[in-house]
Amino acid sequence: MIGESMYQELILEHYKHPQGRGLREPYDAEVHHVNPTCGDEITLRVKVGDAGRIEDVSYDGQGCSISQAAASVLHELTAGSTVEETLSVVDEFTRLMQGRGQVEADEEILGDAVAFAGVAKFPARVKCALLSWMAYKDAVVRSAS
Amino acid sequence: MTHPTSLDVERIRKDFPVLSRELPGGRPLIYLDSGNSSQKPTPVVETVREHLAMHYSNVGRAMHALGAESTEAYESARDKVAAFIGAPSRDEVIFTKNASEALNLVAHAFGPHLWGSSGEGTDPRFALGPGDEIVISEMEHHSNIVPWQLLVQRTGATLKWFGVTDEGRLDLSTLDELVTERTKIVSIAHQSNVLGTVNPVADVLRRAREVGALVMLDASQSVPHHPVDVAGLGVDFVAFTGHKMLGPSGIGVLWGRGELLEAMPPFLGGGEMIEAVWMDHSTYAPIPHKFEAGTPPIVEAIGLGAAVDYLQGIGMDAVEAHERELTAYALEALREVPTLRLIGPETLDRRGATLSFTLEGIHPHDVGQILDDSFGIAVRVGHHCARPLHLRFGIPATTRASFYLYNTTGEIDALVRGLHHVQKVFA
Repeated sequence: MIGESMYQELILEHYKHPQGRGLREPYDAEVHHVNPTCGDEITLRVKVGDAGRIEDVSYDGQGCSISQAAASVLHELTAGSTVEETLSVVDEFTRLMQGRGQVEADEEILGDAVAFAGVAKFPARVKCALLSWMAYKDAVVRSAS
Repeated sequence: MTHPTSLDVERIRKDFPVLSRELPGGRPLIYLDSGNSSQKPTPVVETVREHLAMHYSNVGRAMHALGAESTEAYESARDKVAAFIGAPSRDEVIFTKNASEALNLVAHAFGPHLWGSSGEGTDPRFALGPGDEIVISEMEHHSNIVPWQLLVQRTGATLKWFGVTDEGRLDLSTLDELVTERTKIVSIAHQSNVLGTVNPVADVLRRAREVGALVMLDASQSVPHHPVDVAGLGVDFVAFTGHKMLGPSGIGVLWGRGELLEAMPPFLGGGEMIEAVWMDHSTYAPIPHKFEAGTPPIVEAIGLGAAVDYLQGIGMDAVEAHERELTAYALEALREVPTLRLIGPETLDRRGATLSFTLEGIHPHDVGQILDDSFGIAVRVGHHCARPLHLRFGIPATTRASFYLYNTTGEIDALVRGLHHVQKVFA
């Protein structure tokens, strides 16, 4: 049962009970990202508050459990952190996902997102996990401009 | 030659070594993805190996023993394919890279060309410009959509399409308004790669003939699974591919009526497709070589010939009957899976052994991943290169099981068990 190591309980929980789902006002930037190979898509909004703290990441989309759970985890991890802090989590998450299963995850930085470590062994699914995180990075850049 | 009416699936499975291999983690392989690409029997593998090891050289031009052997093997593969599909002449069988190339080849014949050794220009049947129309359908594979989109972009012609009914049939209610005197060609799937639907070629052909339009079939999903007789079908062009019918990848086939192929301009220019070349112009080889520029996929064609021998040894009637049994069994078995929605005909009537479906609340990528990782069941998930069809049904993707001569009802039972397990994981 190799595959079920990818479907960690935490991922399934987030898929079944997504945190912060739904698009909300106000927001500084909205982006729409699509994974053309599987049709997964996400619309994501970012609201940055005083002192560069993330006030809200709201999103809506459709796709597989990995892509939807990743968005839910992202919402949780970003809340209340500074933009700079969240971008370092995004970088670590990206490094983990692109590591073909050879990269040791830094749990200190990643928190719950470490549950996605198993996904890195499945090249076809890495883009699913990264979809919302790349959308977030894009939205943050746009909100600053 | 008489064919047995049923086939011995256990004996056939022994011809496919991959079917008895174990996947990592001790999983057996349950291969339900032949609509994507089929597995290869030992005689095909051996024929390719033997040719590469002992007979290989270029074809059609090398003046030595190996050149003669290679040419003989390559051309005899053409004879085999021609006989297999009932082509009136072997010269009407063009080897291409795949079915996509065969479709592109025909699409490229249309337009306002100024070609020909005496500069006579385009044959009126292939003259295409603004006001002219091409008709395809909503159930097409992208390879029978995009070449025509590109063609209308080059020429200013218009692309139209048949709709698909809720049951997954070609909607012929608009046939007469859709196919008119403005239509130059109708190109549709013989059998849908998603729905499994076998299309009513005769009805479409009758209307096309009334208005003087040509008819092309994308037979990628029919030639491997049914007895197909191109002359009997009465159409003008048929495209299919080797890798879905036990042959290697990299070899496809275009069959076309000889006088049409002769009237068409060449597709790709290069070696072997010419008669004589001057610096300012060339004349072209007769068909089929006119359409086979450059060194062709030699061993791939020879491998396809071996695949055709293998299929004929079993008999396409027997292959068809076996797949029909599997389809009947699967249609029944899948009904027991809660929330499963079949996309395509729910009865055996005019359908092949391809079953696509959705499970409520579970994305096909998750379905496919768990079937593979937990049970070694290979299915295809996604839009199967038929995105407009999925948009028509309002779904982003489906899970598709497709059967072939080597599949068993036991494998369908495993699929059903696997789907129950998937539902448990996501419950």
